[in-house]
Amino acid sequence: MLGETKIMTADYAVAYSIMASRTDVVAAYPITPQTVIVEIVAKLYESGQWNGKYIRVESEHSAMAASIGASATGARAFTATASQGLAYMYEMIHWASNSRLPIVMANVNRALAPAWNIHVDQTDSMAMRDNGWIQYYVTSAQEAYDTIIQAFKVAEDERVYLPAMVNLDAFILSHTAFPVHLLDPEEVDPYLPPYEPKHWKLDPDHPVSLGNIVFPDFYMEFRYKMEEAMNRAREVIREASRDFSKRFGRYYGDLVEEYKMDGAKLSLVTQGTVAAEAKDAIDELREEGYNVGLTRIRVFRPFPEEEIRNLASKVDSIVTLDRATAFGARPAANLEVRAALYDCEKRPMVKGYMAGLGGRDITIKDIKEMIKKAYAEMESGEQKQDFEWFGIKRR
Amino acid sequence: MVLKLINEVNPHPETIEDLPEAPISMPKIGSTGKTGNWRTFIPIIDYDNCINCKLCWLYCPEGSIFIRESDDFPEIDYDYCKGCGVCAQVCPKKCIDMKRAGIELEG
Repeated sequence: MLGETKIMTADYAVAYSIMASRTDVVAAYPITPQTVIVEIVAKLYESGQWNGKYIRVESEHSAMAASIGASATGARAFTATASQGLAYMYEMIHWASNSRLPIVMANVNRALAPAWNIHVDQTDSMAMRDNGWIQYYVTSAQEAYDTIIQAFKVAEDERVYLPAMVNLDAFILSHTAFPVHLLDPEEVDPYLPPYEPKHWKLDPDHPVSLGNIVFPDFYMEFRYKMEEAMNRAREVIREASRDFSKRFGRYYGDLVEEYKMDGAKLSLVTQGTVAAEAKDAIDELREEGYNVGLTRIRVFRPFPEEEIRNLASKVDSIVTLDRATAFGARPAANLEVRAALYDCEKRPMVKGYMAGLGGRDITIKDIKEMIKKAYAEMESGEQKQDFEWFGIKRR
Repeated sequence: MVLKLINEVNPHPETIEDLPEAPISMPKIGSTGKTGNWRTFIPIIDYDNCINCKLCWLYCPEGSIFIRESDDFPEIDYDYCKGCGVCAQVCPKKCIDMKRAGIELEG
């Protein structure tokens, strides 16, 4: 079935990506709504379709620890988790990035408990945005599949050597069937050659140890090297997206994806599946005579600072939409878009919305309402409220 | 950009350019100095009763017990032994004595 187009959910597509990317090792622990990924990986292993090593572990903390061990020997390592699992992995998240290991992880964005909830929100991964991991946010099963292959290429690039997290929204992607074109590993080989670590690896012929103490005299330099690598990753991500597009004919943008931005006076800026939904809202608004477009943040880390600054000269208003909490502060996208704009000569109005937590649907009608409100404020030149939680049920 | 290969790591770094990408280190005896002076108790093997079972050598968590080439018996490397006492606990003949470390014993 490789080389063919099949109907499958994003969880299936993510599992199948380990074949196209010739992943050597998968260590993962099941958690809703990621469970299907683990099940299908096990199936691909058992049936002999995928001949990597599959490590069953007792927790997400161990899943990441085993991935770190595998990657440190020079193997291509993959894992997947969601929500509570990602939270449980937290300590090892730092070990992966601080060891500069190009592990790729699929995280199915799910709300955190209590209240217990298995539906989409991005609080889980947004809490991990400053841990030295590259972060992609995708909008379809095909994009999830293709982005995992791109993520390995970026993470393993010697200018980068950082792990990458591919985030996909719970149920809206994980359990929804789409047509997915599966790549033949032989087609992918020239794009993604075998991983050959040039910085370090565990090799009995050249013994090294990792994790030894580094005192205050040099600790900071190791973190600065990660800062440099993350900044270099922007160009590597652009190259990987364009090279992928040239070879396989699919392109989702580089760090951001722009939609109907020609002549737009207002841009919606958001990430994840709500950005795909927003395209329909933008189409309808355009028909109604509103000059609006969409800038989808595809890569949240490294943050697309330049792309957001370029927006400032084009539009008079920006609407941000966050699906991740930040109590007592602005949520991630709103905060960082505003911060990026600070140095711009002309600063557009920015209106932030918090919406869709715990899987609450964000409909086309909702998105239109949010944009229309900001549009009216832009036209009047007077902003009444620059941030609000959308759709709170009140008496 | 040039990445440093593991065998090119500078053992005496001065600036960021001398460091490897990740905080790895090469094997070296006592890279944080001789750690034997951390101990409070010092293990003394009574060779008259030792049956050479080598359990102490097997269990030493610091690899500070080695096997002597001359007679194949275990010997403690006091430069690195931290005096944890695991060897004395596992000794079936109870012939490793943990003595309070003092000026006389430590020289």
